Amino acid sequence: MLQTVRNPAREAAPSDLDRLIHEHIRLGIVSALAVNRSLTFNELKALLKTTDGNLSVHARRLEEANYLVCEKSFDGRTPKTQYRLTPAGRKALERYLNHMEALIRATRER
Amino acid sequence: MAISGPLRSSNREPIPIDARAADHLRYIRETMESAAEFTAVPGWGGVAMGVTALVAAFVASRQAAPRAWLSVWLVEAFVAVAIAAPAAATKAHRANSALFSGPGRKFLLSFAPPIVVGGLLTFALYSAGILAALPGTWLLLYGTAIVTGGAFSVRVVPVMGLCLMLLGGAALFAPASWGDAFMAAGFGIVQLGFGWWIARHYGG
Repeated sequence: MLQTVRNPAREAAPSDLDRLIHEHIRLGIVSALAVNRSLTFNELKALLKTTDGNLSVHARRLEEANYLVCEKSFDGRTPKTQYRLTPAGRKALERYLNHMEALIRATRER
Repeated sequence: MAISGPLRSSNREPIPIDARAADHLRYIRETMESAAEFTAVPGWGGVAMGVTALVAAFVASRQAAPRAWLSVWLVEAFVAVAIAAPAAATKAHRANSALFSGPGRKFLLSFAPPIVVGGLLTFALYSAGILAALPGTWLLLYGTAIVTGGAFSVRVVPVMGLCLMLLGGAALFAPASWGDAFMAAGFGIVQLGFGWWIARHYGG
């Protein structure tokens, strides 16, 4: 679908799209963390209505890209995993938002 | 509470690229709105409080003595607290977050002052024999508490507070005999309706 754009604007070029956060769950994780200082694994799981395995795989991808940091601790005897967005992650989301807006603008101006 | 997917899937017709991008932006916005308020405000608790308020309004309207009338509403206030506190704690616990930390603490700190003022004014107005002003005062102050507490919550919470304030304002200038009807509308129907909405969209 993205390839159908005939480069109407340089900023909307498909090559600029951050594929890492373009994925549904990863986009949700980054968006949710953008408005919270941190969120626990369970909060994100309930919010995005996903499974443990799915969430941990996608969170790890974002962690590897340095888009978020993961802190593991204990709440009493219960293990607790918390995620925070890094400046790089926030920047990536801003770039992604700009990209989507540019796509809309460029397509409608044609 | 749960966020739906950003993409319009399983549609055989091609989706315009701007519509697809708009879907992604909408998904981001909805996720942010829901996440900003992994709200501990209990929706089903609100529904239960609405039901008990409707019962209280019916019982209170049948009381001739001012003291009995006030007692009904004071009992209802305690019942509402008994419903709301465990409901909020359960909801926060389910989200694996403490009720008295982060957004929950902000909500309670903003919610409490108008409620304390309401308690003091109740005592003062009852002592002065101005019971007719109580429904409007209660609705106004409870609405204010919801608006100020809801400033840190999902948008629907302050909107509910605003509805309560509007009813309270109207109740202050309406005939005294309409007091229970205003209370039924505010503490009953408004709370029940918004509680149902919060429960459906913000995790119970």
